Amino acid sequence: MISVIVNGEIFRVPNDSTMSTLLERLKINSRYCAVEQNRELIPREQHAQTPLAEGDAVEIVTLVGGG
Amino acid sequence: MTAVDNATSDSTVRLGTHQPKSRLIVGTGKYSTFELMSECLRLSGADVVTVAVRRERLVDADGRNILDFIDLDKFTILPNTAGCFTADDAIRVARLGREILRGLENPGSDWVKLEVLADTRTLLPDPVATIDACRRLIDEGFQVLCYTSDDPITARRLKETGATSVMPAGSPIGSGQGILNPGNLKICLEYLKEDDPDYPVIIDAGVGTASDVAVAMELGCDGVLLNTGIAGADDPARMAVAMKNACLAGRDAWLAGRIPRKLYATASSPDEGVITWQPAPQA
Repeated sequence: MISVIVNGEIFRVPNDSTMSTLLERLKINSRYCAVEQNRELIPREQHAQTPLAEGDAVEIVTLVGGG
Repeated sequence: MTAVDNATSDSTVRLGTHQPKSRLIVGTGKYSTFELMSECLRLSGADVVTVAVRRERLVDADGRNILDFIDLDKFTILPNTAGCFTADDAIRVARLGREILRGLENPGSDWVKLEVLADTRTLLPDPVATIDACRRLIDEGFQVLCYTSDDPITARRLKETGATSVMPAGSPIGSGQGILNPGNLKICLEYLKEDDPDYPVIIDAGVGTASDVAVAMELGCDGVLLNTGIAGADDPARMAVAMKNACLAGRDAWLAGRIPRKLYATASSPDEGVITWQPAPQA
């Protein structure tokens, strides 16, 4: 298992995790989300090919009400 | 064209490649429920609505997303960079907003409402960072609608940088103070439109009630962007209707051309043929 920081919280995930498996594990509706790994945007087409490494900082964002 | 057609015809505002039908752009924040927000968006007549980019809740997510309450076939989403205090952060947030809208195939994926703030109490923009972020976002292919103060020099710089629209604040965000400095806004409008009358200038922020929208439109602005003025009203749905009507009324008044202000009165009824006693004319 490795530790990754997702939206500021530490999560333990399997060594072979990718961005896709992380989103599935967290039950995220990826249609409404965008994802960064270590401040780099990961386009949705690349989620499945993007491995996670120990200590990665992941941000998962969505749209909310705003002006 | 008949007189009636002439009295009701208008061009649509051009915001880069976007041509919304309404000149009112409304925000989606601060509503007590998504249902009320949805109703107010509909009643406002707007076809562009702003949203913010924020962290997804991982633990207590209730499964309801704002996007389920906005008809993505009907509304063009304008993502903002609200809450950003540096150019780098604004660019980061703009890219994330674009990524979400691209996945949803919403036409809003190619533009952004750029906000780079400088101060948490006034929410005034950082003009230097806004110009920097604007230039870099244009380089990345964004059409950039820039929130700025009512300073004409910054407005001119933003246009020179390539902003799709310059959007001066009428007064501080959420303050409800309306249009505080119509003189500055008139200068902004003159500077931005002098060689380019169709260049879009939108009043963004400060609207407290319907008359503020009408005043902005009567100054010759191309549109108004507001959120709290509707969402914070006692009856947001009714205020959404009021804002819609004020925008239409203000636009028509601008197109019609107001009468000059005069200090003294001018009678509407003729002096000729008066049958009653008249005082001697004053000097």
